[in-house]
Amino acid sequence: MIEIDKISKTYDGVTAVDEVSMVVDTATITVIVGTSGSGKTTLLRMINRLVEPSSGEVRINGEATHTVAKTSLRRRIGYAIQGHGLFPHYTVARNIGTVPTLLDWSQEKIDTRVDELLDLFSMQPDKFRDRYPAELSGGQQQRVGVARALASRPDLLLMDEPFGALDPIIRAHAQKDLRHIQRTLGSTIMLVTHDMEEAIQLGDRVAVMDAGRLVQYGTPAEIIQQPATEFVAKMAGGVERPLRLLSLYPVSDIIEEGTAEGEPLDANTCLRDALSICLWSGRDVLPVVNEGVPAGRVTLAAIRARAEGPT
Amino acid sequence: MKLAMIFRTALVALLLALVIKPIWFTWAFAPLAPEKGPIIYERASLLSLSLSHLGLVSLASVAATLVAVTLAILVTRPAGAAFLPLSRTITNMGQTFPPVAVLALAVPALGFGTGPTLVALFLYGLLPIFENAITGFSTLPPATMEAARGLGLSRWQRLIRVEIPLALPVILTGIRLSVVIALGTATIGSTVAARTLGEVIIAGLLTHNTAYVLQGGLIVGLFAVLIYDALVQLEAMLVNKYSA
Ligand SMILES: Nc1ncnc2c1ncn2[C@@H]1O[C@H](COP(=O)(O)OP(=O)(O)OP(=O)(O)O)[C@@H](O)[C@H]1O
Ligand SMILES: [Mg+2]
Repeated sequence: MIEIDKISKTYDGVTAVDEVSMVVDTATITVIVGTSGSGKTTLLRMINRLVEPSSGEVRINGEATHTVAKTSLRRRIGYAIQGHGLFPHYTVARNIGTVPTLLDWSQEKIDTRVDELLDLFSMQPDKFRDRYPAELSGGQQQRVGVARALASRPDLLLMDEPFGALDPIIRAHAQKDLRHIQRTLGSTIMLVTHDMEEAIQLGDRVAVMDAGRLVQYGTPAEIIQQPATEFVAKMAGGVERPLRLLSLYPVSDIIEEGTAEGEPLDANTCLRDALSICLWSGRDVLPVVNEGVPAGRVTLAAIRARAEGPT
Repeated sequence: MKLAMIFRTALVALLLALVIKPIWFTWAFAPLAPEKGPIIYERASLLSLSLSHLGLVSLASVAATLVAVTLAILVTRPAGAAFLPLSRTITNMGQTFPPVAVLALAVPALGFGTGPTLVALFLYGLLPIFENAITGFSTLPPATMEAARGLGLSRWQRLIRVEIPLALPVILTGIRLSVVIALGTATIGSTVAARTLGEVIIAGLLTHNTAYVLQGGLIVGLFAVLIYDALVQLEAMLVNKYSA
């Protein structure tokens, strides 16, 4: 559990982060979202003390971070930086092995870990291990950056716009990978983005920042349905809110008995995609399959009901 | 590339022959020597003069590199930033002083011979290395440096594992300039009785023997070209490795 307690940062009289308090549960993804200059990076960097707070403190599992030596604190916290920041003179393997090396793991253990991570990010170890960052595509560099942050299996992972440079397809893929990795390893992740779509897709909880303040902290559904301020409502997508809301739930949530005509839908598809399919194929009912076995159907009316805002 | 290699080998062979067996070139230098005068410099072996010349240059360059890089590291730390202008001024002064003046001033203090020459070469070598090292250390990619901090490398580890390797190509460029300047400047050392190839040139000038001047000049020139080339190759190797 990470407790951020009334933390502030002031630069020459300008407040970058203003008395932010929040509690992040273990094994969840928390996404910090906000416009440019709202203090997201500063907040994140105060957690591993790349920035020293002007006031307030951060506790990780009850232990205040300012009581721990900076280097050992940072080695315990994974950090993936805006723009990857790989070491250009190290191979992919050495980049990923940076923190394990600092922690004096045996070379054998490091090599195994590197290959494991490369596999996890669908980069063949034999092909990529010995390359230099300059010999990778932007997307691959970013994945290596994330792999490096994960290498020592840190309990906490801080990520600053890790998917910023990726094209939409690779980006969606990387987000899915991250979700999967986080679920498998049970890591706690705090991720910064200025993209509300990404925040809603990835976050168990979303923290919205505006001008240094934390204006709302809640589940994606809360952010969409009960925005605390005008600003949050705007961030949450304005007229696109119902669609964003639908993207949060799988078809399996509103499945009903019965059958229907046409191409079936997988039960894990999100409601937004189901709606899309209804509209595109001109159908009001779609058959649903679960792992290939017919599981019932979903109706356009049921989807609509889920998209309604509070009245 | 292949042509360059052949040319390089030919130059090395020529240089070795000139230094070890100058007698072979009597025919070439004869037209330049005064009538009935000596053609090939024989008061000391050209090989031992060359070795002593190179020794002086290396010693001065190693010392200049150590001092200049250390200084550059210190003034590019946050704590040392205040000293940046001062240290620039000092090394600049080293350069604006003509080498002959350095020699003249150093002789009373250090006596004739190697001492004053080393001091002059050392002072002369500082600036290019220092300037380049400063550039190298202050233009490191910010995201990489941030990552190094964020991953938990200590100051010392960041310096040794990240900053020095990344600044190295630029520092090497400075060393290369400095070494080439020193190779030329070292010839002046012979005026205060340091054993360098300058001895041959000066003997030539005093006895109006153009053959001597050319011998000394040619050997110094060939050393400069070949050493410059070798250092360029070294830099290219380092850079190619990771900026494909
Ligand atoms: N080292 C610094 N010195 C002075 N001001 C700073 C410093 N770092 C950040 N700031 C200021 O603090 C505010 C918040 O910056 P921060 O980098 O946290 O924003 P951000 O939300 O991450 O923005 P972006 O989405 O553009 O990355 C900005 O107004 C910025 O100018
Ligand atoms: Mg930022």
